[in-house]
Amino acid sequence: MSLAKRIIPCLDCENGRVVKGVKFLDIRDAGDPVEVSKRYCDQGADEITFLDITASSDNRETTIHTVEAIASQVFIPLTVGGGIRKLEDIRMMLRAGADKVAINTSAVLNPEFVKEAAEKFGSQCIVVAIDAKQVSLPGEPLRWEIFTHGGRKATGLDAVEWAKRMVSYGAGEILLTSMDRDGTKNGFDLALNRIISEAVSIPVIASGGVGNLQHLVDGIVEGKVDAVLAASIFHFGEYSIPEAKEYMASKGIVVR
Amino acid sequence: MNRIVVIDYGMGNLHSVGKALEHVGENISLTITADAQKIREADRLIFPGVGAMRDCMAEIKRLEIDELLKQAREEKPVLGICVGMQAMLSFSEENNGVDCIDLFPGRVKRFQANLSDENGDRLKVPHMGWNEVTQTAAHPMWQGIANNSRFYFVHSFYVVPDTSQENSAKIVGESSYPLPFCSAIAEQNIFAVQFHPEKSQNVGLQLLKNFLSWDGEL
Repeated sequence: MSLAKRIIPCLDCENGRVVKGVKFLDIRDAGDPVEVSKRYCDQGADEITFLDITASSDNRETTIHTVEAIASQVFIPLTVGGGIRKLEDIRMMLRAGADKVAINTSAVLNPEFVKEAAEKFGSQCIVVAIDAKQVSLPGEPLRWEIFTHGGRKATGLDAVEWAKRMVSYGAGEILLTSMDRDGTKNGFDLALNRIISEAVSIPVIASGGVGNLQHLVDGIVEGKVDAVLAASIFHFGEYSIPEAKEYMASKGIVVR
Repeated sequence: MNRIVVIDYGMGNLHSVGKALEHVGENISLTITADAQKIREADRLIFPGVGAMRDCMAEIKRLEIDELLKQAREEKPVLGICVGMQAMLSFSEENNGVDCIDLFPGRVKRFQANLSDENGDRLKVPHMGWNEVTQTAAHPMWQGIANNSRFYFVHSFYVVPDTSQENSAKIVGESSYPLPFCSAIAEQNIFAVQFHPEKSQNVGLQLLKNFLSWDGEL
């Protein structure tokens, strides 16, 4: 047997509650993040990702308390993202009990931040979150660019080149979200995941678009990723983590 | 009162291991410190670590933690975790070569680049996620943990103990990625693991619980 492929439920949190938007717009309430994390951990989730999508920075305290509460009850790896802008933000999250932090917009605005963070805290706790959107037209060779601000702002950065650059800066893992698929339930952007996963030496987590269990399998088998992240299919009880693992195992994927 | 010290030499996140110990421990007093006196007084030591070996060893030497661990080897149970385990060997290939504590003869090597699995898919480094640990020797620390249980790993380097010498560590756990590597060693009062028990859910918590009651005897 070998290293298991990971299933990572993602908690998008706003003002201390789990929410999950469709294409970042339609917000539905999915519960208390501590209870939700505990439930996923008990069910056999391999890691938990907590993304703070609260727009203002006034609620940092809420986030830190939530992370502390999750970390004192959940003994699997915990990644925290959203609003990580300074080394001090990383230090605070690690101190609160996070094992890794996800850096997104700040990496685009200041790529050197990723380098400093990896040097200071070690690559193992630096996840670079990449939001990519297809920019090639039908008939053209596939091409994706990095977008920020919830997919509204183009940066002109080529996604594959950006991923490679982040690895050379010391990223330990890539959390790759397709902005075209996020919230659609149409499955991962497999071509995007595959091209990036094959281009980098570090683990890639596929995100954005999971609507059923076959999508998780497709991400691993065709997208060649090391881990799959999903939110709404788990939050609203459509599928449980054990069901997901059973299904993946039945398709020949090694799971815990 | 079971006095536990998590040795803090400034490298990485010690809160996770502290929280996990508090979760499983009854009647423990937990201190996270580099203070030599407190380390000498403790009943049990946890020696964690993350980050680059050169920085780790610089702090370990500056704080004289290497000497305290050599003493502890004879006196009280020590649990090494991840880079803490690696630092116990003689030498690491990380950062162009670093001399380590040399509690046990052996080297720390990096996983090869461009490894692939049985399907020909690229294996990533760091080795990150849940992998099986085969218990290659019986040990009180494995009590209540099924053989080949999966633990959480995150590392790019692994230990290759030289088991031929008198003061060698014994390999008590093995994993593969894709070739077999040593994931747990033991000798006298020391037990050390490459994986993170504090992040390995029930099996990891069981290992920590075992440590709290292990008296250092085999």
